[in-house]
Amino acid sequence: MYDVTVIGCGVIGAGIAYELSHYALSVAVVEKENDVACGTTKANSAIVHAGYDPEPGTKMARLNVEGSNMMEGLCKKLNVFYKRAGSLVIAFDNSDMDILKELLERGKQNGVKNLSILTKEQTLEIEPGLSHEIVGSLYAPTAAIIDPWGLCIAMAQSAVLNGANLFLNSPVEKITDEGGFYRIKAGNNVIETKYIVNAAGTFADKINNMVAKPFFRILPVKGEYYILDKSEGSLVSHTIFQTPGKFGKGVLISPTVHGNLIVGPTADAAEGPEDTSVTAQGLENVMKTALRSDTHVNFRESIRNFAGVRATADTRSDFIIGASPDAPRFVNAAAIKSPGLSSSPAIAKEVRSILESIGLVCEEKDFFTDYRRETLFKLMTAEEKEKALKRNPLYGRVICRCETITEGDIRSVLNGPIPPVSIDGVKRRCNAGMGRCQGGFCGPRVHEILSRERKVPMEEIVQDRADSYLLTGETKMGRMEK
Amino acid sequence: MKNYDVVVIGAGPAGLAAACEAYQNGAQKILVVERDKEPGGILNQCIHNGFGLHYFKEELTGPEYAGRFEDMLKKTDAELMLDTMVLQISNDRQVTMMNPRQGCFTVQAGAVVLAMGCRERTRGAIGIPGTRPSGILTAGAAQRYINVEGYMVGKRVLILGSGDIGLIMARRLTLEGAKVLACVELMPYCNGLNRNIVQCLNDYNIPLYLSHTITEIKGKRRVEGATVSEVDENRKPIPGTEKYFDCDTILLSVGLIPENELSRNAGIKIDPRTKGPVVYENMETSIPGVFASGNVLHVHDLVDFVTAESQHAGAAAAEYCKQKTEGKAGSEPCIKMVCGSDIGYTVPQYIRPERIDKSVDVFFRVRRNFSTSSLDVTSGGQKLISYPRGHMAPGEMEHITLPKQLLSKAAGGAITISAKEVQK
Amino acid sequence: MKHLICIVCPNGCHLDIDDENGFKVTGNRCQRGAEYGKTELTNPTRVLTSTVKISSASHRRCPVKTDGPIPKGKLFEAMDVLDNVELKSPVKRGDVVINNILGTGANLIVTKDM
Repeated sequence: MYDVTVIGCGVIGAGIAYELSHYALSVAVVEKENDVACGTTKANSAIVHAGYDPEPGTKMARLNVEGSNMMEGLCKKLNVFYKRAGSLVIAFDNSDMDILKELLERGKQNGVKNLSILTKEQTLEIEPGLSHEIVGSLYAPTAAIIDPWGLCIAMAQSAVLNGANLFLNSPVEKITDEGGFYRIKAGNNVIETKYIVNAAGTFADKINNMVAKPFFRILPVKGEYYILDKSEGSLVSHTIFQTPGKFGKGVLISPTVHGNLIVGPTADAAEGPEDTSVTAQGLENVMKTALRSDTHVNFRESIRNFAGVRATADTRSDFIIGASPDAPRFVNAAAIKSPGLSSSPAIAKEVRSILESIGLVCEEKDFFTDYRRETLFKLMTAEEKEKALKRNPLYGRVICRCETITEGDIRSVLNGPIPPVSIDGVKRRCNAGMGRCQGGFCGPRVHEILSRERKVPMEEIVQDRADSYLLTGETKMGRMEK
Repeated sequence: MKNYDVVVIGAGPAGLAAACEAYQNGAQKILVVERDKEPGGILNQCIHNGFGLHYFKEELTGPEYAGRFEDMLKKTDAELMLDTMVLQISNDRQVTMMNPRQGCFTVQAGAVVLAMGCRERTRGAIGIPGTRPSGILTAGAAQRYINVEGYMVGKRVLILGSGDIGLIMARRLTLEGAKVLACVELMPYCNGLNRNIVQCLNDYNIPLYLSHTITEIKGKRRVEGATVSEVDENRKPIPGTEKYFDCDTILLSVGLIPENELSRNAGIKIDPRTKGPVVYENMETSIPGVFASGNVLHVHDLVDFVTAESQHAGAAAAEYCKQKTEGKAGSEPCIKMVCGSDIGYTVPQYIRPERIDKSVDVFFRVRRNFSTSSLDVTSGGQKLISYPRGHMAPGEMEHITLPKQLLSKAAGGAITISAKEVQK
Repeated sequence: MKHLICIVCPNGCHLDIDDENGFKVTGNRCQRGAEYGKTELTNPTRVLTSTVKISSASHRRCPVKTDGPIPKGKLFEAMDVLDNVELKSPVKRGDVVINNILGTGANLIVTKDM
């Protein structure tokens, strides 16, 4: 019998599990994919918003600012890539400037520090490459860029290290209220739990409706992106936003913590909760819109396109975080679209607080050890490198040439509390394959290392999710068709 | 810090030839650094024929061609360091590298030859719409899995790109039992050698769709299919021409890019047209004593020319060590090679006439197909010489040999090469 | 009159072959092209390059080739024969794996020291 089961291990579920694992509770996390961070968590703008955008008085506003304040310390603790690069919302005319003034007001009300409106000259001084058609900007020095899947994986691994049980490959099919506790059928597992937290992303409505009256519907909204080569990574040094429109924050241009440039997203209705396809029209729109902010964006240096799906709710624009009105001991952390990532550590604390308010006794543990992932070899000091090489000579073999990731780095992530099972799982943990050749060179080598270390045949290793097999068999086994 | 006369980065065909030639030209301490566990570079996975017809007057497979040069290298006293990755080159030729046995260390080179080869262009770089399932890989990655590791990458394959690698893999996959549904090429002409259209596509009844491209990839976890559309003269998809292919694998053969991360970080000047270093007539880059040859300099079609180019680089590297002619850079008279009509690039980009013995070979690619043509060499508006040619294509690297006397006629320090269609 | 592209060397000459006149070939730049033109229409052949299984070596497959062309129609049959070959390291470039494969007169040889 678990005290709490968290459904979904994206950044929200991982954050909640991380928070709960600080307390003397038995915690289960159920995740339908073969790894954590497989949904929207790995496909977003990777921004920690300052918090001027949400409507004052909303949960979004409070939790965004709280999360933004917590993020730097959390990332330092867990060794997650984070940089306080600051952001600029640029204005092209007077009505844009009015919006900026409104955002400034909102920001002040929400408690965002150091916001200011800059003139055109002041803006161009700190971002000389921007379009000269701008008339001013809103400068938010507290905005940051982050490694979103890195944060999720770090929190999930810490949770597991401190006693949380993670059930992967376990999509929730059925939840029954057994009176006093719930029985969850998830994949091959039957989990009995007193409390449930619903952090199921674009499937949160489906999960809620298994035990409670439907009161919201997730309308998935797709955002398409470009990732540009590192050679373009310092085109801008802040995250550049355009003034927010009806559907979202508009197309941004931002450096990433990995040194690339991210451009996007669009905001179009997705064809389903997992429609992460990119479209010719979507990419064209990103390109056209982004070039308005900075004409120097060189899309010929694109190394990857991707799309993420926002969990937007039909009836509400705010986060849906609260105890279910009709299902006992059931808490929703749903409709977590932007600024969800930014709010995640604060959402975790909020959920714990809500659980306490509905009867969960939370006693802080005496001992808690964060799982602090190892620094990548390329980022170690000369002394650390020497020590690492002595400890494990495999740090001396570079596997991913584009990102200079060594076999030692890969072995290190294979030994974590939640080891990767896929090529992309390795990529998310140590960046191998993230570079300009997109795994063309290192892919077969990572494949071979995974197969060897996990003692799984080459043909059974997957690219990312379950069933995304890479190989269909061996050569020299006969011909299928002549 | 250990000293070497010549450090060669890469033990593929370029590096092997450069090292051997450096030795023949008197370089005494030679180090060849290779990141893979064996020498041979990309030739190890090119198990097909077509190599060595010029150099050996025989048709060899990739491994055979590499093997002959590996044997030649063994006869020299060059040091071959395998499983070692070069991390950095400084502009005073200090080379930092790393391997599991010796950790991270730096050596001082008298001269360096860059022979790192190239990488393949990826899906991301061409932005194919659709989902991102497994089963999409570059032709070279597929070639490695099939030929070196012994695994099949799919059963029903669609190939994007009609370059030689894609065509060769069409045949390879078919022989190993896969069904290759089609080869799809964006341009109105095939990028690979004619012989490969015959022996890789026609032989196996694999259709070639010119002026077509993949406009959508479908599949949740693994590729399930792809939509192919015809494109217009601006290479934009024509609505209504969509064909759907039920495939589980998509092979991309959409271009090679010289691998110059090391060169860029060292501050070596790169030519945006070749994506390789700008070089002088002896393959010397903008850093004195650093030379480049092979696919890292510009993408080649025939390994025989890689060998010839690398021999020049190796000889020049050895020569540089002997003479140490530093500080002369910039003070020698120098001719800039200018690309005229329909010429994409030239290698070398600069020629120092005082260094030419009898003549210099200038390699180039044209920007479009020519059936009957002439190459005009002009300077200061005056035609210096004209070479009649027949068929020329962007996929077939060409060269002209400029005699030394011609170089002295260059006016204003520049010579222009242009390609012109000739009416028969 | 038949039209072919010669595959003997990378030049890929466009050949015209008069199949009603003793297979006279024009458009070739060398003698091998003339021979190819005739053979291709009467008894097309190809060199087969492939791999075979190998054990105790650095990799699991060893590249091989036929040391001469074999009838085009026998390529798949030859591939079947290769499926049943398993070499053991060490092997040398040029080692004969199969003598006179499928009675074609060509031998299957190793193309890489492993």
